[in-house]
Amino acid sequence: MFLDKVLAKKILKIFFFATFDALALWSAVTLYTQQAYTFLVILLIGTVLLNLTYLSEKHYPLKYIVPGTLFMLFLVVYPIFYTVYVSLTNFGTGNILSKDQVIRQLEERYYHPENATEYSYAAFINDDNGDYIVLLKDNAGNLLLGQDGEIEEIAGNDNRLLDQDQDGVIEQIDGYRLLTRKEIFKNLAELQKIKLHAQGKVIQLKNFASFTEYIPQYNYRPEDNLIVNLKNGEEYFVEEGYFVSRQGERLEPGFRFFIGADNFLRLLQDKRISGPFLRVFIWTFQWAFLSVLTTFVLGMILAILLNDKFLRFRGLYRALLVIPYSIPAFISALVWRGLFDDTVGIINKLLQAVLGSGLPWLNDPFWAKTALIIINLWLGFPYMMLICLGALQSIPEENYEAAAIDGASGWQQFRYITLPMLLVSVGPLLIASFAFNFNNFVVIYLYNRGRPAMVGAQTPAGATDILISYTYRLSFESGRGADFGLASAVTIIIFMITALITWFNFRYTGALEEVKENV
Amino acid sequence: MYRKPTFASNLIRHLVIWLVLVFALFPVIWIISGSFNPANTLVGQKLIPEQPSWVNYRALINSPQHPFPLWMWNSIKIALITSILAVAMTSLAAYAFSRFRFRGRRNGLFVFLLIQVFPQLLAMVAIYLLFLEVQKIFPAFGLNTHRALIITYLGGAIGVNTWLMKGYLDTIPRSLEEAAYIDGASPFQAFYRIILPLARPILAVLFFLQFIGIYSEFVLARVLLSSKENLTLAVGLQTFISEQYGKRWGVFSAAALLGAIPIVLLFFLVQKHIVSGLNRGGVKG
Repeated sequence: MFLDKVLAKKILKIFFFATFDALALWSAVTLYTQQAYTFLVILLIGTVLLNLTYLSEKHYPLKYIVPGTLFMLFLVVYPIFYTVYVSLTNFGTGNILSKDQVIRQLEERYYHPENATEYSYAAFINDDNGDYIVLLKDNAGNLLLGQDGEIEEIAGNDNRLLDQDQDGVIEQIDGYRLLTRKEIFKNLAELQKIKLHAQGKVIQLKNFASFTEYIPQYNYRPEDNLIVNLKNGEEYFVEEGYFVSRQGERLEPGFRFFIGADNFLRLLQDKRISGPFLRVFIWTFQWAFLSVLTTFVLGMILAILLNDKFLRFRGLYRALLVIPYSIPAFISALVWRGLFDDTVGIINKLLQAVLGSGLPWLNDPFWAKTALIIINLWLGFPYMMLICLGALQSIPEENYEAAAIDGASGWQQFRYITLPMLLVSVGPLLIASFAFNFNNFVVIYLYNRGRPAMVGAQTPAGATDILISYTYRLSFESGRGADFGLASAVTIIIFMITALITWFNFRYTGALEEVKENV
Repeated sequence: MYRKPTFASNLIRHLVIWLVLVFALFPVIWIISGSFNPANTLVGQKLIPEQPSWVNYRALINSPQHPFPLWMWNSIKIALITSILAVAMTSLAAYAFSRFRFRGRRNGLFVFLLIQVFPQLLAMVAIYLLFLEVQKIFPAFGLNTHRALIITYLGGAIGVNTWLMKGYLDTIPRSLEEAAYIDGASPFQAFYRIILPLARPILAVLFFLQFIGIYSEFVLARVLLSSKENLTLAVGLQTFISEQYGKRWGVFSAAALLGAIPIVLLFFLVQKHIVSGLNRGGVKG
């Protein structure tokens, strides 16, 4: 019985992996035909790894680690490296495809030569699956049968052609039924998709009445790395991600290619980019610093007040004050955007009632930034309050007693006991919070999408944009088209800063050493 | 440090707290009030609506232009599937790191720790381009599919959670499994029958934290999803309100309130663990 179970399990396992590998193989073939070689390599390595892990008894622990690790490698590690790659290319609108893809696309373009043969035609349809056959006739009366993208010469008396009423009009071919003129008109779009290949030419629908020949317009010559326009002999050379003729005519689309550090140099040297970038850069630091400072100060004051055993309603106050932290940040940010609305928001209405006029919370850089700091204070102070409450409990009461005996005032007790000890224990969390706010996309973007816009910026940069929202807008919201290369360059800079902050934090806390000892 | 306060200082303390309370609760109260205000505009809203009604809630549920129930369902579905799978994969990995001794174990743990230094959203451009490529070959896993989003979230969920989970598993005494081994259990049986049941509390906490995090995630969902019926609540709500605060305030308030309630409830359920986790360095997204 027991043995049977083991055997059954083994069979099940082999069956599972046979299916899995079959699927992987099928995917591999697809990837190969699509020439997606990066994915192909990833797929093969992944499949081999999974098979080795689960079908052999060696490396037993791997069985537990591999599933999660594969996801992490593919969706966290690989994107990081891919970001590095993209940052070194001109990847963006107009330069999305690889060079091979562009060549293939160009080689599939055809032109209509002047002395091209024209064909009158009759179209036939298979009503079961909607396939078409076309019967072409040139001026000399020769017949051609076009089916499945191929062309075949056919004799007038071929037995596939059925002309039951003998009126010279073929009504049926191979069970395909002749289309009436009305039906042709209705299915014109479908007929236009028919491409019949014959000896380097393509025969295609020209107009309602006829098919005609097209011949390829471009040919790539790998030995010279250039594209020839077969129509007029013009040569196109590779230049900055495009094929360009001697006269400077560019073939669209362009392709992505390696441009080295150019994106980084643009950030530093191109005045129309570097100016706004620098302002975004500085504001990102100001934003993260002010966010931590304001939330920490308010959170700490509340923690000190709530830590007092003599305070009534402590539990209730604490529960109510945590509410902002419990609401998903995207909801809070959108709600605050409504409250701060220039024209209809409650805040400006209150200000109007008190001061006589509202403030430009959305359109003025200073006030927009102020609003953001207020919003983030609301979102973040409960967190600081909670960690400070935890930290306060670990400060021994004797310290205060000793200080009181020495005659220290309340302020002195705070300044020389509470604050230093608090900072020691929550310091690492403040740094982590700095790193978090440094990349706090949600609040910035949902409040005002980085606006108001900077005047004269070539890239979509706003006064409240931080680096991460800037990369988002470069990639997805630019009126001039996406610039993935530049966005990735900015991302690399964020990576480096984030790594630096974290490294500093690890050094400061000795967390890494602690981890090393305990793992 | 604390003495019995005088009446005046006591009054000041309560006043300060009350002031912050007004700041903290005003948006919440304003949203509740707005959701019951039939006028559906920000302009005429009073703190207590003159003729409270369910009109906004009804509009929210019935409008084909902004399929709020569908968005909410998408968010819950994605968060649920991701959290379950993430907890499953995390427990497996954490168990191996906690119990087995093998070559590369320490380095593996380090890699897990270092990777989480970079939040996944930093690589949003790369992830977008990745799925753009995938789409050409396997459209079922391409852009604008929930599968792509779930896979993405799974990748980001493993690192941190493995560490939290491993820390908990380390506290469960090994003698329990050793007893199971003597009775003839395989390592997997020991894990499945003995350790997992004991780890139920941390499994629940990780599940809820993960659920909250994914339900609230905005950026990656914004980048990967595009068609209206596929959006999560975070993205849907943003497209719905997009600058139309004057006109759609009432319905938006109702949506914000309904969207926040499940998470607020979950938050208070696992608050204790979030707070203890806070002091270990976690920052909620």
